[in-house]
Order: sequence, then C-alpha cells, then structure tokens
Amino acid sequence: MSDIEIMKGNEALAEAAIRAGCRAYFGYPITPQSEILEYLADEGRRRGMIVLQAESEVASINMVYGAAGAGARVMTSSSSPGVSLMMEGISYIASAELPCLLVNVSRGGPGLGTIQPSQGDYFQAVKGGGHGDYRLIVLAPSSVQEMADFVYRAFDLADKYRAPVMILADGALGQMMEKVRFPDYDPAEHVVPKPWATTGKTPDRARNIITSLHIETEQMEQINIRLQDKYRLIAERETRWEEVQTADAEWLIVAYGLAARIAHRAVDLVRARGIRAGLLRPITLFPYPSKPLAALAGRVRGMLTVEMNAGQMVEDVRLAVNGRVPVSFYGRMGGIIPSPDEVVSALQKMVAQDVLTETEAN
Amino acid sequence: MEHELLAAGFGGQGVLSMGMTLAYAGVLEGKEISWMPSYGPEMRGGTANCIVIISDSKISSPIITAFDTVVALNQPSLDKFELAVKPGGLLVYDTTGIVKPPTRADITLLPLPASEEALKMKNSRIMNMIVLGALLARTRVVGLATVMEALKKVLPERYHHLLPVNEQALRRGMELAEQLQPA
Repeated sequence: MSDIEIMKGNEALAEAAIRAGCRAYFGYPITPQSEILEYLADEGRRRGMIVLQAESEVASINMVYGAAGAGARVMTSSSSPGVSLMMEGISYIASAELPCLLVNVSRGGPGLGTIQPSQGDYFQAVKGGGHGDYRLIVLAPSSVQEMADFVYRAFDLADKYRAPVMILADGALGQMMEKVRFPDYDPAEHVVPKPWATTGKTPDRARNIITSLHIETEQMEQINIRLQDKYRLIAERETRWEEVQTADAEWLIVAYGLAARIAHRAVDLVRARGIRAGLLRPITLFPYPSKPLAALAGRVRGMLTVEMNAGQMVEDVRLAVNGRVPVSFYGRMGGIIPSPDEVVSALQKMVAQDVLTETEAN
Repeated sequence: MEHELLAAGFGGQGVLSMGMTLAYAGVLEGKEISWMPSYGPEMRGGTANCIVIISDSKISSPIITAFDTVVALNQPSLDKFELAVKPGGLLVYDTTGIVKPPTRADITLLPLPASEEALKMKNSRIMNMIVLGALLARTRVVGLATVMEALKKVLPERYHHLLPVNEQALRRGMELAEQLQPA
C-alpha cells in the first residue's frame, strides 16, 4: 500500500489508470471531467502512456476501438453530452467484443444541460444508449477512493470478458477531494492473452479480423447468443452491492453513487429519530443486484429510491421487488443535489403513509 | 467529533485554497476529510464556495446544508449562508464592503477586518490566511503547526518562499480573534 494522498476524484481515477497499466487514452475535454485528460496529458505521458486529445468524442471512441483491437489497455472519458456522441462507437465496441474502459463523469441534461452533477445517464449507461442488444458492465463509485479502485476492477473485468466497462460517476465525485490510497497492483500480473488482437499476422494462424458487420443473419444471431450468454455469466459472477444497517431495517433506501452518500446520512438521521432504516447501494448497475433487493423485499415495509434524476434506477428496483413492497422515489434533476434532510422528509412521508394505510386496514 | 464548514467569497479571495489547506491539515492530524467545491457558473465571476468536513469517523454525505462554521468573505455570501449556520455555530465574515451585517442572535458572530489587515501587511492575497487563523483560534479544529505543514502541500514549491508571510497572517488572524469579543 502506498501513502495516503488527497486528490480530486478525476485525478484519482487518472492516476489509477496509469498504475493499472493503461497504455492509451483518447478523449476530448468537457466539464466536469477535464482533469482526467489534463492529468494524463501530463503525468500519463511522462510515465509512458499515449495520450491524445482527439478532434471530437466520435474520433476518440473510434481510436479506442482501434487501440483495443490491437490489444492495448485503453480508455476514454467524457461527460454526458460527450458520451452521447460516442454511442455509435460504443455499440460497435460491444459487438466486436473489445475490452476497454469508458468513463462518464455525468452532468445535468438533457441536451447540453448544465455542468452540475446528475445521474440522468443511468438509462443510457445501463439499458443501452447505442443500438442493438448489448450491455456495458457499469460500475458506480461513491467516493474518491472508489474512483481509483474501480479503474483496476474495470480493466480486469474488460479483459476477462472481452467487454467494454463503464465507470458511471458524476460531477461532484469528479470534483471533490478526499483521501485516497492506491492499492498494490502490478499490471504485469494482470495481463490476459489476447490471441484475437490484430497485432500482425504470423504464418501459423489465420488473419484476425475485428468487425461488427456480419451480413449473414445466422452468423449475427450466433454472435447475439454468445453476447447474451456472456451477459448472463457476468450477472452470475460479478454483481456487487453494499448494504448499510439492513439487518434490522424496516425501511430501505436504494441509492448509488453520490446519492448513496447522501442517503447514508439520511439513514443515520432517521435512526436517531427511531425509524429503523437501512441502505442498499448497488455498486454494479449492470449487472444489477436484483437478488439481494428481492430478498430484502420479504423483510422491509417499504423502499425509497433516491436518485439525482427523474426516476430511472427505480424501474429496476420495482422489477426486482415485483410488487411485494411499496417502492417510492425521491429525486432532484438538472444538476440539483438532494440534501440529506430532503431524503429524511421523503422517508418520513413514506412511513406516515404506511401508518395511515395500516390504521385504515384496522 | 465532526466539524462541518462552508467557506464562500468572490473568486480570487482564496476560499477554495483556504478550505483545501484545512482539509490537508485534517489529514495530517489523522482525520477523515472531504472537500467539495462549487465548480459551476457561480465560480465564473460570482461567488465561489467549498464545503469542508473534518471528522474522526467515516464521512457519509460530502454535501450538507447546515454548518458548524460559515466563513463569508463578501455580502452575497453572507446573505446566502447566514441561515446555514447551525444554532450555536460560528459565522466568520470579512467586514470590508459589508453594508448589511448578519443579525442572528443564536450563533457566534466574528466580524473580522481581514482585508484591511491584509492591506496593512501589504499583501492582499494573504487575507484568506488571516481568516483561517481567526477560525483556528475560535474552533481549534486543527492546530497551527499542522496548517503550516499543510500549506507546504497546498502551495506549489515555487511559492514556498511565501510560507513565512502566510504564517504571519495566520498568527495575526489568531490575535484578532482573541482580541475581538464575540458579538
């Protein structure tokens, strides 16, 4: 373990990328994540990375396609409107099964929107965004430490499954400073053979071709079946979440990323007032922790989903609990961050509603 | 123990670096910290602010709306954040340019002629350190020696020759806070 450092989330993520053996970065500046490009252009280049500010996000993602195809550990980063521009390329990368890291330090939308933090890109990250039946593995950090830690995990997952992995953060996580400790990680110990990579044909094998175009429909269906099998395997093995005070919880808040930090505070506040609340924080947004949520649905009286959007992940919570308990939603939009007190009020309202329903039933 | 602070002022007055210095000092004293800056449009010409939390235990939300201490270095910041001080908390403000002073009776007010003092010391850029000194004297949230250590990390090396003048400013702020009776 190295020493404790104090860094912005964006800087910690960039430093972790260098330490994880990322060979190349292609990106285009956009607030609130430009520190990633700045840090890598300076530190990354100095320590041997290829760092290129491309002419656009469209160019960046296609450079990622090329470098990943050649077998390099490669990444890009952007923020919401920039990530939208990358969607065609991301679909191609998913189809061609190219390992890479995509980072979205998201901001309020829709449109060019605002530069303030938001979780409005959940649907885009988790449900597609680009065309076709593909999935990204999506990791949602909620601290500066996790902005660093998840980079290593993302690269390893990408290589293991030949799949693009997205870190979905938000502007606050990118801009805030906290303590961070970089784990011991030797990239040489994490090298996965890439016999499929286009590194130059040798006489002993056929040409490697990386493409997402398959005119034969039967072949395209086979590729889809393989992708779906892979996603099922990822769901079985790689689902991650954190539970806080759920053992005796009567009420559960479900929140990820920065919203989970705020919700954690709200849990502490309502517990001080005698409401037994807990928190489930999805760490992987795909695959989604539906099973632990379903298990908790059998134990709690209700769930409150808290997001910095109009209600996106709440759909996955409702699918997971399948009507067994009431699921409420509280969110703020357009770059406004909900305060812990607002979350407390939303939860108290839910508890009051429950008492009312119970009284009526009696 | 947890200390929750907000520092606000015009861009260039040094509220972000003051908060960062506090956060670094917190880490040097073995605490958990978070430093959450405003980075939005308010930073581009209006007021800048940052939330600093220094705690003995893990910090849940880095974003909060009520503070043990608020530092306000201009009128708009004072107007915006006077009500954000917790009852019994501390409101430190620079008296320069303040036409509408705070009125709350349930908090400690510390009106500080920090800009004037900085001018007397012939360096307007150390105003934030005068304020930080006053804050240290009143809250004891971290020690002066640790703040000096922290400044070595916050200030780029090419500015390290300015460490002594920063220390003078911190000490002057501490003196001022001790002289001024709480309103």
